Amino acid sequence: MLMDGRFGAYGGAYVPEILMPALEELEAAFLAAQADELFQAELAELLAKYAGRPTPLTLCRNFGRNFGAGKARIYLKREDLLHGGAHKTNQVLGQAMLARRMGKRRLIAETGAGQHGVATALAGALFGLKTRIYMGAHDVERQSLNVFRMKLMGAEVVPVESGGRGLKDAVNEALRDWTASFADTHYLLGTVAGPHPFPLMVREYQRVIGKEARAQILEEEGRLPDAAIACVGGGSNAIGLFADFVADEGVRLIGVEAAGKGLNGAEHGATLLRGRPGVLHGAETYVLQDADGQISDSWSVSAGLDYPAVGPEHAFLKDSGRAEYVGATDQEALAAFALLARTEGIICAFESAHALAHALKLADEAEVLVVNLSGRGDKDVAQAEALL
Amino acid sequence: MSRYAAMFAKGEGVFGAFVMLGDPDLETSAAILDELVAGGADMLELGIPFSDPIADGPVIQAAAERALRAGVTPDDCFALLGAFRARHPVVPVGILTYANLVLGRGRDGFYRRAAAAGVDSVLVADVPLFEAQPYAAAARAHGIDPVLIAAANTPPERLEEIASLGGGYTYCVARAGVTGAGDKVAFDHDAMLTALRAANAPPPIFGFGISRPEHVRAALSAGAAGVICGSAIVERLARGERVGPFVQDMKASTLR
Repeated sequence: MLMDGRFGAYGGAYVPEILMPALEELEAAFLAAQADELFQAELAELLAKYAGRPTPLTLCRNFGRNFGAGKARIYLKREDLLHGGAHKTNQVLGQAMLARRMGKRRLIAETGAGQHGVATALAGALFGLKTRIYMGAHDVERQSLNVFRMKLMGAEVVPVESGGRGLKDAVNEALRDWTASFADTHYLLGTVAGPHPFPLMVREYQRVIGKEARAQILEEEGRLPDAAIACVGGGSNAIGLFADFVADEGVRLIGVEAAGKGLNGAEHGATLLRGRPGVLHGAETYVLQDADGQISDSWSVSAGLDYPAVGPEHAFLKDSGRAEYVGATDQEALAAFALLARTEGIICAFESAHALAHALKLADEAEVLVVNLSGRGDKDVAQAEALL
Repeated sequence: MSRYAAMFAKGEGVFGAFVMLGDPDLETSAAILDELVAGGADMLELGIPFSDPIADGPVIQAAAERALRAGVTPDDCFALLGAFRARHPVVPVGILTYANLVLGRGRDGFYRRAAAAGVDSVLVADVPLFEAQPYAAAARAHGIDPVLIAAANTPPERLEEIASLGGGYTYCVARAGVTGAGDKVAFDHDAMLTALRAANAPPPIFGFGISRPEHVRAALSAGAAGVICGSAIVERLARGERVGPFVQDMKASTLR
């Protein structure tokens, strides 16, 4: 490895020795591509003409204003308008180009809500790479629309029956596949978790979110926001939003975890709030676990936040105090989901609704908020109909 | 002389048996360990069940799930190991587990408890050389050998470091992929073995996919000091078979 892959005490590369050459090959390809103008130009063109960047920053006309009571101007960074329906597309294009650069012919990926699976499937179709998506069997059941979208774009979807049949188990299965297949296969990991170089690489490919948002809010408001708010599962949309605001000390960075059925019970996905440091899926980071170190099953109404670890850079940002992490319950998220639909005519992903729920709590005190609307809610509509 | 050194000094090809501690329950597991030794296993490599074993194929995963479902904890495993050591003072015993269980109650405490239970080595499946330094240091502080993995795709300079940091034996991965019994085991490991020998590495033991007597013979003639067989044993146990005869067959094929 050329780098230590650490964010303070967190991160690193905890994988079987046999995978180390694959991580080194990826690190080298990523660093070379970062310095390669042609690569960057092609990625920029894909982001603009294929994916639809830049995405707008939309000022809410009604949401959070409580018909005049809330004073905050809440801006939504509209990653829901990105091709594929979520921020995931930003980074799969970069990684698929790296896969091509490394001469890989096959992509594998894990998915929770299905958004990363959909994004990987579209990249696989675009680049002519055979694609296999591992998805927890429980998530296959609750996200059937996304399963069909993946298949429509030519991906094979493999339901994972082990463990809690969720995102964690899908990652396990993808890692196992990769230890046998790395010679011709790229593991297109979907978030800022996992072993180095994934947390760094995915952050750099998602940085465009905050880079655009920062310029847009300066253009709109002539000032920086009081806070930048994003939901945190693995943490890629949040890191993408935060990255260009980290140096702006006056901007609060707030990550919203899934408080599920309540932080005092066991059914939540609040890794940073209720976990402790450990090693899962290749990185040293906060992990939901029992006293011995067995990994706990997480819970969230949103499959994308239902994950018992978190990207190591979030662990570092939490310990250093630069970012704050809070929770929003299933109920709070559902309420925000419904309110946004009714007041703005925007149906957002359940994941993003957690960030919105927290923005509502700040609406009376803050003046300018930027919330990452990380994905659209089509995939959640059937579930919402049952729950609301 | 360490138990590993004494075992290798006998000059026979080593047959190591792997099972998951507490599979399917603690009492049966203790009896299985005795059966492995009675069948002729020269050393035991024993898993402490972890919820998310990314280096393991379906057979070992299922074994870990059975043990966890039976409520088996790392403390139970240390108790099982301690009792085994009291019955078998000479057989070398290694633990194979994952980083989060080593860190669970503190890294130092894990190695201390392993030493107290009479364990000779610890291999942490998701700790490659890149992260191994603090684990190896904690192991040695308690007189435990830190076993490291070498794979056919590990570059020569890293094999040298593995040779100098590792202890007990060197776990050589016989093929790509996760653990599991296979039909074919490829032994294209000449360069790796040459590099390990040149670096004076702990003796190379081949694992992953060793499931038949001919695999054992092939590994030994390729230059391995021995083999570890896991999934093929665990599969038989899961079917309710006795593993003594299989272990005898496998051990017999190490005798040249």
